[in-house]
Amino acid sequence: MTKEYKTIREIAGPLIFVEKTEPVGYNELVNINLPDGTTKRGQVLDTSDDIVVVQVFEGTGGLNKECGVRFTGETIKLPVSKDLLGRILSGSGEPLDGGPRIVPEDRLEITGAAINPYARLPPKDFIQTGISTIDGMNTLVRGQKLPIFSGSGLPHNEIALQIARQSKVRGSDEQFAVVFAAMGITNEEAQYFMRDFERTGALERAVVFLNLADDPAVERLITPRLALTAAEYLAYEHDMHVLVILTDITNYCEALRQMGAAREEVPGRRGYPGYMYTDLASLYERAGVVKGRKGSVTQFSILSMPGDDITHPIPDLSGYITEGQIVISRELHRKGIYPPVNVLPSLSRLMNSGIGATRTREDHKAVSDQLYAAYAEGKDLRGLVAIVGKDALSDRDKKFLEFADMFEDRFVRQGADENRDIETTLDIGWELLAELPEAQLTRIDNKYIQKYHPAHKAKEEKKE
Amino acid sequence: MKNKGEIYRISGPVVIISGLNTKMYDVVKVGKEGLMGEVIGIEGEKSTVQVYEETSGLRPGEPVENTGMSLSVELGPGLLESIYDGIQRPLPVLKDTMGDFIKRGVSANGLSREKEWDFVPTVKKGDKVNGGDIIGTVQETENIQHRILVPPNVSGTVDEIKKGKYKVDEVICTLSSGTELMMMQKWPVRKPRPVSKKLMPNTPLITGQRILDGLFPVAKGGTAAIPGPFGSGKTVTQQQLAKWSDTEIVVYIGCGERGNEMADVLSEFPELEDPKTGRPLMERTVLIANTSNMPVAAREASVYTGITIAEYYRDMGYDVSLMADSTSRWAEAMREISSRLEEMPGEEGYPAYLAARLSEFYERSGKVKALCGKEGSITVIGAVSPPGGDFSEPVTQNTLRIVKVFWALDAKLAQRRHFPAINWLNSYSLYSKALEDWYKENVSPEWVKLRNDAMELLQKEAELQEIVQLVGSDALPEDQQLTLEIARMIREYFLQQNAYHEVDTFCAMDKQFKLLKAITAWGDKAQTALEGGASVEDIMKSKTKDDLAKVKFEKDFDAALGVILKNMEEEFAKLRGK
Repeated sequence: MTKEYKTIREIAGPLIFVEKTEPVGYNELVNINLPDGTTKRGQVLDTSDDIVVVQVFEGTGGLNKECGVRFTGETIKLPVSKDLLGRILSGSGEPLDGGPRIVPEDRLEITGAAINPYARLPPKDFIQTGISTIDGMNTLVRGQKLPIFSGSGLPHNEIALQIARQSKVRGSDEQFAVVFAAMGITNEEAQYFMRDFERTGALERAVVFLNLADDPAVERLITPRLALTAAEYLAYEHDMHVLVILTDITNYCEALRQMGAAREEVPGRRGYPGYMYTDLASLYERAGVVKGRKGSVTQFSILSMPGDDITHPIPDLSGYITEGQIVISRELHRKGIYPPVNVLPSLSRLMNSGIGATRTREDHKAVSDQLYAAYAEGKDLRGLVAIVGKDALSDRDKKFLEFADMFEDRFVRQGADENRDIETTLDIGWELLAELPEAQLTRIDNKYIQKYHPAHKAKEEKKE
Repeated sequence: MKNKGEIYRISGPVVIISGLNTKMYDVVKVGKEGLMGEVIGIEGEKSTVQVYEETSGLRPGEPVENTGMSLSVELGPGLLESIYDGIQRPLPVLKDTMGDFIKRGVSANGLSREKEWDFVPTVKKGDKVNGGDIIGTVQETENIQHRILVPPNVSGTVDEIKKGKYKVDEVICTLSSGTELMMMQKWPVRKPRPVSKKLMPNTPLITGQRILDGLFPVAKGGTAAIPGPFGSGKTVTQQQLAKWSDTEIVVYIGCGERGNEMADVLSEFPELEDPKTGRPLMERTVLIANTSNMPVAAREASVYTGITIAEYYRDMGYDVSLMADSTSRWAEAMREISSRLEEMPGEEGYPAYLAARLSEFYERSGKVKALCGKEGSITVIGAVSPPGGDFSEPVTQNTLRIVKVFWALDAKLAQRRHFPAINWLNSYSLYSKALEDWYKENVSPEWVKLRNDAMELLQKEAELQEIVQLVGSDALPEDQQLTLEIARMIREYFLQQNAYHEVDTFCAMDKQFKLLKAITAWGDKAQTALEGGASVEDIMKSKTKDDLAKVKFEKDFDAALGVILKNMEEEFAKLRGK
């Protein structure tokens, strides 16, 4: 049995400082026994011969200098087994659903090792989400990490759920297993997710980790790591395709800042710790496909941008790590358009490897580029119209202006249960492009215009 | 002298050890597992060490051993086609020894000790050799001949030289002083390799990217920075440069970037052909991948590992280009370690020595006369990832003070899918003047004028656009409307380039010249027609104008352009007829 120390010297925020210990390992798991008989858990942040700094996950409320501290001699591990599916666990991995404890097949370190880049397979399997703005213009592929950049009061939860519901890889009926990690979201929001999982039967193939708004903030630092460990286990040991939804990354980063402040670290931009990039990378990078293993981990995180500011450190650092972003627009939301995805700042870096003749359709890239260019131009013209009025525009410009409106109304807008396949999405794109003069379609190869442009397509069909 | 000590304190990648006699930058083996680390500070009995591997589970009191060596790379045949982590451990070897995930406590040699190379001597017994001299060659890949060099600090008379198949650590040459030379040599990464003289760069690095070669060229041996917010195409541009640059050797450093992107490079490079030699691009490439979730101290080292390998090939007389994606991640690694050391922070938490480290690094570029007498060069192209796309932050600003070429990526251009999203108004190249002679001689005497006219037109467009924003384009006089149209053609037909299109991904200098010339020719003809009384509306209907938009995608460019030029003549003749 390990020794119990009663040598707490100082308690500051979520940290305790313990002295006169035998050598304690860095990152080791710690149990703290309170006078009232309860136990809290923590982790070693700094260790030396003189003093050991421990962060306490459940918060330091109720702790005093008389508490007993036990160092377990091992780092934090998650007991895993296939029975995780269908379970609801707390943010630190304890069952919340009244079910039995997990009988582990294995116990895995939650920090997870980095995948050797040489062992990775470049992701390229197209995931059809049924949402035009994503499938058509910001295509998601299996093994990608693509967050939603949203803001408070925007329907990011609906979109995330629609994606979880509709996502599938074409040509296979295989459904995604979902690992859902809530970090500091409200009880109401959590219930909204849970109800939808139950309604659609998704819960059976889901693992849920809940750290709610009133749970300790420090716990948020391990919740996503538990979730990703579970996801990696299901993907790499049980050949499942896993979709991980982490919400909300902003709450995670707030917890990180809180810890940094408690440790009196030198703060970086806006008070966030200087290592936030590395820390976020240790979460986001745990997505991918590994050579020779059947499963995959795809990440779809939700991040609410403070003040809708995309240059805020949280979305900014995320954007540098993730493979693109889906940006939700308040302007479109106010116009009553669902899903209010603003395609212009949105991006999927892995799109090009997931589309094309063998994966979606040969004209996909060209159509997407043309839609982007035309919509960008139309949106610019809106600014101009506000100054000079519509009459001052040339006929060409008027067409582009109209195009932007139609694009939002027909391509972006769709129902919360409307599941468009990729062909439908591209065909809608063509219908809209057909409203522009054909000579303006400079991004599209002539052979695709002949084949897919509604004007020519009709002729072709008549000939046959 | 004690070379055994023990761990005193652990805080993330920073470990403090006591009781060990160390020098700055000594490599030490930390803990029972012998994790690799480097001494970065000494205070009294204690030394501060940055550890290149994950430190979870390490305990105070574990043993530490000093190797007495500074962090070095192994240089010799076998570097090409390799993929290393930040401290030159080959990733395929790591995969074999520890599986799909990077674990720790595994050391691996940078160069294979098993493989035999066919050594052909170029010196004979009795020859005097000095540091940096070539003593023999090895055919490393189909097109690259590896020149075996005498280490820079060694000289003497050859006593014995061998010929035939040898491993990199077998003796191939003995000097009369008894010094034994192998094909492999080691060099500390933080120390620049010596050269005999630095020269002025005077040849452009041809990249096959129109906006770079055409408007903002970088010279071989020069330095360039690509700053841009996320999603503006830094990585794609860097990869295009790695693929198509006309240097003999390419060193690509993925420093703190995405794992999937590195996987993409790894699967793509062996498939792609070098346009010059027709051989797989991988055969001239060294990749260094330290992704964002790999240990941060190794990320800090990766940039030095890369540039030392580049210097080694330069010393053989090769032109080398080095891409570092991204130097901001490198700077952040410095910041992270600095804050763990509780150093006094400079601007935005970066250490005060940030500017010094950046300039030291970029200064290792250049065109040189190597010790062996041959000329070689290193062109350094660094990506910068400014937070929020704000170029006023310390890494961008300190970089811009050093580099000569600035390719400013622009999120607005990227959003409308204008790629490469390099802003033609903000970017600059200080080599343009120095390279003019080369362009006149090797491309065309007309080139410089053509380029300057195009730049002027783009500048004029920007001014006119401001007016258009106020009054609409119809309110402009006809000749200005035409100017706008020609500028648009330059932007869309010439500057835009599709990295994913099989033909357009690379554009030779000759093709760039012809394309720009054809667009300008159309512009001149249109101006003449306008002056001759034709209406803008009629001119805009020109079919050859639309044809010019797509001619860059044609496999047989010259033939297609020929047809267009012919049609252009006829079209404008007709306009005149009206």
